[in-house]
Amino acid sequence: MSIKSNAATVSFDKVSKIYGGSVVAVDQVSFKIEAGRLVTLLGPSGCGKTTTLRMIAGLDMASKGRVFIGDEDVTKLPATDRDVSMVFQSYALFPHMTVGENIAYGLKVSGMDKSESDDRSEDGLKLVGLTGYGTRLPSELSGGQQQRVAVARALVLEPQVLLFDEPLSNLDAKLRRQVREEIRDIQTNLELTVVYVTHDQEEALAVSDRIIVMKNAEIAQEGTPRELYEEPADLFVADFIGDANVVTAEISSIDGDWANVRVGNAETRLPSRGMKPGKTQVAIRPESLQISDSNESGTIEAEVVKATYLGSHMEYTLDSAVGELFVVEPDISNAISIGSTISVRLRNHGIALVE
Amino acid sequence: MWLAPLLFFLVLPIATWGRLKSDPFYSNVLIFSGLGGLAYLLTQGFAIGISGWEFAVFESIFGPMDDRQFGLGYGALFVSASFLFALTQGIAARGAINGDVFVVSSIGLVVAVVAAFVFFPVLQILTSALRDNEGVYSIAVFLTKFSSHKIWGLGCLSANVSCGAAWNSLFLATLVGAGTTSLGLAFALVATRSGWKYRRLLRALTVLPIITPPFVIGLAIILLFGLSGVITTFVGDLIGVTPTRWVYGLPGIMIAQMLAYTPIAFLVLIGVVEGVSPSMEEAAQTLRADNWKTFTTVSLPLMRPGLANAFLLGFIESMADFGNPLVLGGNFDVLSTEIFFAIVGAQNDQGQAAVLAIVLLSFTLSAFFLQRKWLGRKTYTTVTGKGDSGVPAMLPRRVRYPVFSITLGWTAMTLVIYFMILFGGFVEIWGLDHTLTFKHYITAFSISFTEDGMLWTGAAWNSFWTTITIALTAAPLTAMVGLLTAYLLVRQVFTGKQVFEFGTMLSFAIPGTVIGVSYIIAFNVPPFELTGTAVILVICFVFRNMPVGVRAGIAAMSQLDKSLDEASLTLGANSWYTLRKVVLPLLRPAIVAALVYSFVRAMTAISAVIFLVSAEHNMATAYIIGRVENNDYGIAIAYSTVLIFVMLTAVVTFQLVVGERKLGRRVERGEAESVIKEGEPA
Repeated sequence: MSIKSNAATVSFDKVSKIYGGSVVAVDQVSFKIEAGRLVTLLGPSGCGKTTTLRMIAGLDMASKGRVFIGDEDVTKLPATDRDVSMVFQSYALFPHMTVGENIAYGLKVSGMDKSESDDRSEDGLKLVGLTGYGTRLPSELSGGQQQRVAVARALVLEPQVLLFDEPLSNLDAKLRRQVREEIRDIQTNLELTVVYVTHDQEEALAVSDRIIVMKNAEIAQEGTPRELYEEPADLFVADFIGDANVVTAEISSIDGDWANVRVGNAETRLPSRGMKPGKTQVAIRPESLQISDSNESGTIEAEVVKATYLGSHMEYTLDSAVGELFVVEPDISNAISIGSTISVRLRNHGIALVE
Repeated sequence: MWLAPLLFFLVLPIATWGRLKSDPFYSNVLIFSGLGGLAYLLTQGFAIGISGWEFAVFESIFGPMDDRQFGLGYGALFVSASFLFALTQGIAARGAINGDVFVVSSIGLVVAVVAAFVFFPVLQILTSALRDNEGVYSIAVFLTKFSSHKIWGLGCLSANVSCGAAWNSLFLATLVGAGTTSLGLAFALVATRSGWKYRRLLRALTVLPIITPPFVIGLAIILLFGLSGVITTFVGDLIGVTPTRWVYGLPGIMIAQMLAYTPIAFLVLIGVVEGVSPSMEEAAQTLRADNWKTFTTVSLPLMRPGLANAFLLGFIESMADFGNPLVLGGNFDVLSTEIFFAIVGAQNDQGQAAVLAIVLLSFTLSAFFLQRKWLGRKTYTTVTGKGDSGVPAMLPRRVRYPVFSITLGWTAMTLVIYFMILFGGFVEIWGLDHTLTFKHYITAFSISFTEDGMLWTGAAWNSFWTTITIALTAAPLTAMVGLLTAYLLVRQVFTGKQVFEFGTMLSFAIPGTVIGVSYIIAFNVPPFELTGTAVILVICFVFRNMPVGVRAGIAAMSQLDKSLDEASLTLGANSWYTLRKVVLPLLRPAIVAALVYSFVRAMTAISAVIFLVSAEHNMATAYIIGRVENNDYGIAIAYSTVLIFVMLTAVVTFQLVVGERKLGRRVERGEAESVIKEGEPA
């Protein structure tokens, strides 16, 4: 594989993007992405993730703040002059050029001679598993194949940063899992710096080294997938990544870094996160609630309102003293019927205190 | 000698040798030399006229001058281009549009040429209106001329005197606008909603007005309805009434203009009718509305903006039309012909022409503004009429029958007219001697073979080849400027873009006669001494037809996914490379469309051309009009028929060639139609 890695860090220093004087698309965002890592910008529509991505590419210019790639301040550089490649949501393959010509385009622009660019183009095709497709037109390829061509086209330039703008949104569900693994494999094998934008939180959890969750033009939380899932900083992140039951709880006492928390009749110990005793809220993952029909102490009493069979697990909607609860239960053989009264116990993971 | 300082400005940029682009010195020096050079060139150009100093202030500073200055030539063109690009490069280095030299230079170029060839002449005409025949500025003279009876008189309402030209034009334009819209709507309804087998024929008919020189229909009407017209004599014999000249004047012009402009309304309204979502009509039907109610309460209201658009188009076309009123006007004075007579006739009153032009311009500009305000940006994007999969409702019976009969009747008349045109060229003397003959064709287009080779002996060859040459020269230039402007408008964002867009589209609203007159006034004296040359004809065509190229470009580029451009940029290409390798290849159909339509419009132009022709460069249309004025109808019709065939060949060849595009999108049709959707005044 003669395609090397040129990976560099990406830093944003209080970058803002303001349209027309009043519309703030990105509000003083700062972060640092290590070289060779895959970081995902995750968030709902309109949160600013695509704008941020485009500012890394140089397709949009920052209104305030500074953008660094490696050690170089690239804030004023347009896309043409940055060493950043992008895979677009619509792939943007040039319809009037063959696959080979598409991949070689960037190389030709930089002045490489024909034989060398042809070799590199072949390497690119091999990397994405499309050897032999060089003479076809984009219109003759399937969606998945087109996307791979787009990736190859971006890779052969050995960019410092590789950007993906919602690359899986045009693929059908089955293909998505396969393609996201391929992208992750290429990234780890070549140790590339990749910035990835998506609104699908499962995808983000699956491919990322780190995730930056954005909301309303700001960063809501940044961390590893595990950190975000198990220790969401606030309600928004808790609800955006995975599902969460948000219920009122009470911190009865603080013991160093830990807090004793009461949820209804149940009690548990959680990281205190700097909070004080008193009324608060907890986010509980659906799989962190355990159902049993025995009536034990230290559990929450609830009545089953809905029971849905989903093949691999059961989903229950419960009406309890602390509110409505949504539970995912892997035990499908002992399905509990609607109307039964059951007890709910808190497991020892997947629960977090949130403001 | 007075050109020496230019050398200084030309040489100055060498001082930037070795400096970085981001160095402010680099940009400042370039801006200074570019701006300074241009400023000096222009000031010096305007300061010295044909007979010495133009402005008294220079006379007092430098003493009298007894030398004259000639107009700017190709050398000056080259020098000013250098200054312009030095300036734009300096601006780009300062960071405009992220330092993209190509884009900044393009904007600079388009601004410069539009300013020179659209704004400058119009400005000249405005100031010229304020001058009397001795060249003295006078508001009083302007006001007298402006409010003259000939323009605004309302005598025809009460007495048997003609009304002022302005009222006539306004009245005629309103009638024609309403007429073409109604007819166009009828045609559109039949073409899209009647399930009639021969709908496609109607679409084919829309090609006709593009390839027909504007006054030819007027000619055919004379042949049919004139004093010795076929129908007039026939009906006269039938009911025993002596034929009159009833067709000359408002009736004739109205019929001619409606025949000419209905197809354009039809094209616009087809898009509108197809744009009414069938789902809405189906929804109305499920809500218990019958066909008639659905039509009047849902379909028609949804079409209202389109109807307004079509009306305004017809209005502007009629206002600006020159050929038909010239041929059929009689005593009915309209502004466009009055302008012509003010310059060409015994009056030779430039100021008068300018005043009339101002009145005409204010009418068309207001209509243009209204049209843009009503439609916003939708005017410029293709309405391909795709959308949802519903089936449009059938026309209610109350509408279907009238619409059908109108459509069929009108189609029949159109076909008869064109048959007349074909037939008329083969007739000895129309109205008197109807023997068939080739005489006219021979007189016009004979070729003889002598011992020296082939000789074009026909009377018409001279103007024919001139027209073709000039049209062929102008077409690629029009396409280039138009597409470049379209690229800037669709793909780039920069301050002042609105003004830029307005300026480039302005020439659509300026009637041909006004352009013709303004070119005469502006380009007759140094520094731009262009009248009587072929250059002025080419320039006139380029800027008259630029909106055609712009519109085709915008329609086509809006269909191109923006991410193609962006992908190219992230792969390291600059905008010039992107334009060449990505955008233009994908625009081939639009480019060809722009070329063909520019060519055709150049061939059929009359209203501006008639002012700009000279002995050396005569254009086919002007020649034909000359024949008509000499009552030489035979040759005129024969020549017109030949022109129509030449252009028909051009358009058909283009359709065949473009139809083979592999991209295979339905867009080609839409693009071609969108180019002529807005049809401009001839």
